[in-house]
Amino acid sequence: MEGLKVSDANLVVYIHPSKAGKVSQSILRELSTLLFKYNEIFDGVVLAYDVTIQNKNAKVLPGIYPCFGVKLKAKMLLFSPKPDMLLEGKVVKLGKESLHVIVLGFSSASIAEEDIREEFRYRIKHGEEVFASTSHKRHVIKVGSMIQFLVKSFDEEILHISGSLIPVNTGSTKWLHKNMEEGSMVDRKKKRKDDRSEMHEHSTELLDDVGFSLKNEGRPKKSKRQRHAEQS
Amino acid sequence: MGVELATDRPGFYEMVDVDVSDSELVYHVRDALKSVSQGDSDHYNQLIAVMHYTGRLAPDEVAMLVTSLKALSGSISYIDIIHHESLLSSIFGMSMWNYGPDVMDALVELIISLAASNGKFVDSCLDMLVRNFMPPKSYLDLLGHPRGLARKHEVLDRVHSALSHIADLVPLAPMRLTPIILQRMPHMFDKEALIVIYVESMLLLESSALGELVGSTMLMALVDRLIDLDVEISWDDIIHEDSGKGIFDMELEDVDDIIDHAEIDGFEHPRGTAGSQILGTNAVADKLDSLMVLICEHLKSCADGERLTKVFETLLQSFWVTVLNAYKSKFSQFVMFYACSLDPEHCGERFAVFLADIFVCRTHPALTRMSAVAYLASYLSRGKFLPLSLIASTLKRLVDWCLEYCHVQNGEEKTINLEAHRVFYSGCQAIMYVLCFRMRSMMDSHRLKSQLLHMPLEPIFCHQLDPLKVCLPSIVEEFLRQAKAAHLFTVSETFLFNNLLESDLSKAFGGMERLDMFFPFDPCLLKKCDRFIRPSFVYWSMVKTTYDDGEDCSSEEDINEYFDGNGKSYMESGITRSLDEHDLDLDEFEYQLNKMSITPRNSLKNGLIFKLENPFRMPARIRPSTSPESL
Repeated sequence: MEGLKVSDANLVVYIHPSKAGKVSQSILRELSTLLFKYNEIFDGVVLAYDVTIQNKNAKVLPGIYPCFGVKLKAKMLLFSPKPDMLLEGKVVKLGKESLHVIVLGFSSASIAEEDIREEFRYRIKHGEEVFASTSHKRHVIKVGSMIQFLVKSFDEEILHISGSLIPVNTGSTKWLHKNMEEGSMVDRKKKRKDDRSEMHEHSTELLDDVGFSLKNEGRPKKSKRQRHAEQS
Repeated sequence: MGVELATDRPGFYEMVDVDVSDSELVYHVRDALKSVSQGDSDHYNQLIAVMHYTGRLAPDEVAMLVTSLKALSGSISYIDIIHHESLLSSIFGMSMWNYGPDVMDALVELIISLAASNGKFVDSCLDMLVRNFMPPKSYLDLLGHPRGLARKHEVLDRVHSALSHIADLVPLAPMRLTPIILQRMPHMFDKEALIVIYVESMLLLESSALGELVGSTMLMALVDRLIDLDVEISWDDIIHEDSGKGIFDMELEDVDDIIDHAEIDGFEHPRGTAGSQILGTNAVADKLDSLMVLICEHLKSCADGERLTKVFETLLQSFWVTVLNAYKSKFSQFVMFYACSLDPEHCGERFAVFLADIFVCRTHPALTRMSAVAYLASYLSRGKFLPLSLIASTLKRLVDWCLEYCHVQNGEEKTINLEAHRVFYSGCQAIMYVLCFRMRSMMDSHRLKSQLLHMPLEPIFCHQLDPLKVCLPSIVEEFLRQAKAAHLFTVSETFLFNNLLESDLSKAFGGMERLDMFFPFDPCLLKKCDRFIRPSFVYWSMVKTTYDDGEDCSSEEDINEYFDGNGKSYMESGITRSLDEHDLDLDEFEYQLNKMSITPRNSLKNGLIFKLENPFRMPARIRPSTSPESL
């Protein structure tokens, strides 16, 4: 799936002096305020982070509350869908006029009737509402299926995607995987598959860690490179 | 499905043929929507007119409304936030309370579709649903009737299921929902019925699937609201909290006069601002009462659903942030009391440990620590559900801390700075207070008796810092009396407190806030929520003291007689009875009062219209009101 990227970031987190006894906890808390919000600087929605404290020394910011700035190096998992990207999501609601999908469990997407290609017709099969392909019998989209769709636009505030099923390489992922007939599709899919598997590894790894402790917290990094803070 | 023309109201479907299919209707609506941007708003305006159908709707109007809403649901992608602003504001302005179930269903379907289709509509949709927590003002009176209640269930069921549907389709919706709910919360001076119905929805959300995400915020906001109301009930408007007993007494006399006037007038329009404030705070007390009842019922259902431990953590957090540091909260803390009573093993113990931790921790401000130990002392004394072992172990913690403190204080101090040692004095007073209530029971248990006898009480109380002289005399007196009877330790001096209403010394350590006279779990005076508290509450008259050998039977009888079937508060019944029998014999009455509470003598200001007991106020005599209704 496109739209996921891992970025390296140099951060400085300013901590209130009252939290001087529990620095890592307050760093995590501060960074967790970034989660699931679109961040302009990172150009994406922060999904997960992996943080290492660069330096035990922190600069004190003069002021009424002398907060001290801890320099960090972080790997951020970002979600930034751009128009014409292909995303995957699970169908949660299906109606004659629209299709509602949830991507990565947190971002909602909707595909309007006019953005679904002619190939798909709304039917009721065995009491269930589906979009069935008229050209390929087994190509069916129903509630619970994973589909691949094209991004039309992305609302950064509510993280809502407006999608489209017009292009040929969109539709039910199960069917698209199985269908290896078209050569160009195979190549593109293979490349996307590789990217996707890499992304999945990354994301699952990082998503696992985020819930618990910092991965490298406490363990000194082998290469100590001093980087200047790009970001405050 | 065919559509019948509405002949009496010029409608949207005049242009349309009689037999129209649903999909054709949808295309019609889409055309109407599309044509707005091209300048032609006729059909569009007619559509808006349909949305504005009010009052009792005829069946064909209902049908028109339903089909229009359904058609709109089918044309979601054609709705533009800018061009169709008036249509959207009409839809969002609709109140589900005004319609029947058919319209409600269609409207809810439309709202859900709108929210799911475009991120821009989510906030407005959520806002519309939250506004529907409450009926229109005109509807409030109907809520008492069966028809109103039925409508309420219809609306709220749909609203809450709509919220959960939207949360399914837009996973981040709950995050947007929380600030909307807090913003729309009725002001504390709004009508009670409005506040109550909104809070009901908040609690419903807490126990719903969304509760995982929004529940804790709901609870904390509710506790904040409790404190807001609590703080409004105060004596400050009537009695000024100045130093000097004399002035205070006089002011209390004035209050009596005000009350007399109020009685004479039949409570209609008491003269003067103070009088109207008496009635004003009565309404606030009722609101607080209703909210506390709701929360207690909710806690009960949490306990039944085995969720209490988790909810309790939120409550505890809220208590710490809001209640503990609020200036002498009057009744809000009883929510904690009730929660603890529902689960003494976990919650009950957790609360005691939590308070003790705050007391012994040096990094908390002194006032917080004093407040915490005041809560702890009152809690340990009044909680019927608390195991004696917990009380004993907590007491031991307090004693150990005080002893440690004594050891640290060395050197001959000619004059003791009472304020500097105020945390210590509050700890000592807490120990004495708890022992006044629990000494007998502890002495009756073999194991705890030896534990108690081994506690280093003597070195603490006979220390140079002299807590016996500094702490509140009534408590010291009662404690020494019981200690003597139990042969706890020997005290060389006899402490005589000849009607000392309070010690100036105790006031010194209590400070401006008078935390020396803060007994937060003294009997709750709110009528309705009292029934939750009473079964687990220890009233002073129930307490067996160590010197109480022959009076056991009589006190038991007294209790049985004092507990009314009507659920009148104990104090009320007691006063009524004493009034009936003793015909306003003040001395006898005082004796009864003294038996009821360990709080400083003559401190109960009973007989006032809103039944407030302010033991932390300076004790003074107040003539009780003659008529039972006023109690």
